[in-house]
Amino acid sequence: MSMDENKKVKLSLKNISQSFVVKNKVMDAVHNVSFDVYDNEFLVILGPGHCGKSVLLRMIAGLAKPVEGEIFLDGEELKGSDPRVGMVFQELALMPWLTVMGNVEFGLKIAGKAEKERRRIAQKYIDLVGLTGFEKSYPHELSGGMKQRVGIARAYTSYPEIMLMDEPFGQLDAQTRYAMQEEVERIWQQEKRTILFVTNNIEEACYLADRIILLSNRPAKIKQIYDIDLPRPRDTVHPDFLRIRKEISENTDLAL
Amino acid sequence: MGEGMELQNKVSVQHLTKYFGNLHVLDDISFNIKKGEFVCVVGPTGCGKTTFLNLLTRIYMPTKGDLFIDGVSANPKEHNLAMVFQEPSSLPWKTVEQNLRFGLELKKLDKKIIDERVEEMIELLGLQEFRDQYPSQLSVSTAQRIIIGRAFGMHPDLLLMDEPYGQMDIKLRFYLEDEVIRLWKELGSTVIFITHNVEEAVYLAERVLILSNKPTTIKEEVKVDLPRPRDVTDPEFIRIRKYVTDQIKWW
Repeated sequence: MSMDENKKVKLSLKNISQSFVVKNKVMDAVHNVSFDVYDNEFLVILGPGHCGKSVLLRMIAGLAKPVEGEIFLDGEELKGSDPRVGMVFQELALMPWLTVMGNVEFGLKIAGKAEKERRRIAQKYIDLVGLTGFEKSYPHELSGGMKQRVGIARAYTSYPEIMLMDEPFGQLDAQTRYAMQEEVERIWQQEKRTILFVTNNIEEACYLADRIILLSNRPAKIKQIYDIDLPRPRDTVHPDFLRIRKEISENTDLAL
Repeated sequence: MGEGMELQNKVSVQHLTKYFGNLHVLDDISFNIKKGEFVCVVGPTGCGKTTFLNLLTRIYMPTKGDLFIDGVSANPKEHNLAMVFQEPSSLPWKTVEQNLRFGLELKKLDKKIIDERVEEMIELLGLQEFRDQYPSQLSVSTAQRIIIGRAFGMHPDLLLMDEPYGQMDIKLRFYLEDEVIRLWKELGSTVIFITHNVEEAVYLAERVLILSNKPTTIKEEVKVDLPRPRDVTDPEFIRIRKYVTDQIKWW
C-alpha cells in the first residue's frame, strides 16, 4: 500500500540544516534533512547517541531555528513555537511543589482557563495515562514511569495536533520501559495524534513505529526510511520483529 | 554448614536475610558461584536488587545469614570485591591511565604489577589513544568502559556489575556485552551481573538467577548452555528469554 496516496501530509521538513559554534569552530548537527510526516502517524526518529536527533525535534518545537530550510505544518510555514505542537521531555521538567493535578493543569491555568474547565480537561488526561487516584500526589512520591505519565498527560491538555516525544523513556529501567511503550501505544490508539518520537533504542522504535527514519552519526542525515508493517500490539520476540530489529541494527552507525 | 561444600565454590551466599526495621526486604537467599562463573541476576522492578547488591559488597550487613568467599566470611579489607555502577564512576581529575591505576594503588600492589595490569587493560580494551585523556573528554560509553576495565584490572575475587549498560541502545550494548565476555574469558573473573534486561541476561550468563518480588528470594535458576557469541534470534535463545520474562513480568 502506498502511504503517499491515502495519507495526508501533516508536517513537512524541507532541507533542514543546523549548526552550532563550539569553541570557535562550526559544528554541523543536522545536514540537509527532508521528510514528511502523515496525519495520525506514529513516526520514530532513530539514531545513535548525540547524532542530532533531539536538535531536529527542538526545531520542530520551535525551541531553535534551523540555519537552513523550512518546516511546514498543514502547508503553512512554522515560525517559532506553536500551540498545535506539544512536547514531552526526557528530563521531565515537572514542578516539584505542585501535585499531579497541579502539574497537568498548569498550562491551562497559564492560558487563563477557568478552574472547572481546566480540572475537567486535566482529569480526562490523568485518567487516560492511568494515574487516576494519584491527583493529589507530588512528583517525589511517584516512580519514574508514573512521572513520565504526568509529563504525557500535561502535553495532551493543550490538544496538540502533533506530539513530540524526546527520548521520553531514556531514563527508565528496561521493564518500566516496556510497560510505558505499551502505554504510549494504547494512548495513541485511544487519542489519535501525529506522534514524532525520538529514541536511540532500536527495539523501542520497532515496537512503536508506523515508520522509522534512521539517522546517521553526526551531522545527522537520513540513512534510510523503514515502513514497519507488523501487526499491533507487537511481539518483541517474534521472528519477524527480530529480523527487522537486526536489519536496522546492522544499518545503524556505532557511536562508541 | 558443610565446609567441604563451600571450598569448591568461590562465592557462597547462605540464608542472606535483611530487614530494615519491620520491612522485610530479602528473605533467606542462598546460592553458590564457582570460580570463573558468569552469573546474571534479574528480577522485577523494585524487587530489592540494590539491597541485595549492597549486602554482597558489604555496604550493608545482613540481618541473618552471610556471604563467604573461598569459605571465609567476606571482608572488603581482605577480599578483593570490585563493583561497577550504572552511573559512570570514574574520577574526573584523573586521566584514563590514572583511573586504571587508582584501585591497584589503593591495594598497595607492587609498582611493577600495577604497570603490567594497567598495560593489560589498555591493551584489552584498545584504549591506547585515550590514555592521557580525562573522563570529561570521553563519551559516556567510553568512560564506562574505563570503569569496567578498572574493575577487571583488580583481578577481583568477585566482580559485581549493577546494570552497567542501563541506558545504552542495542547496537552499543551488544558491542560492550561482547567486550565484557572477552574480558571475562581472558581473565577468568567471577562475575555477578545485575540487570533489568532479560535479553542481556540471557546473552551474557552461564546461569540466570531470577529474583521474586519483596521479600526477595531466589525464585528459580536457569542455566544458559548456548554457544558464544550467542544469536538473539536463535529459537532456543528466544525460548529461554521468553521463559525468564514470564517469571518476572509485571507490566
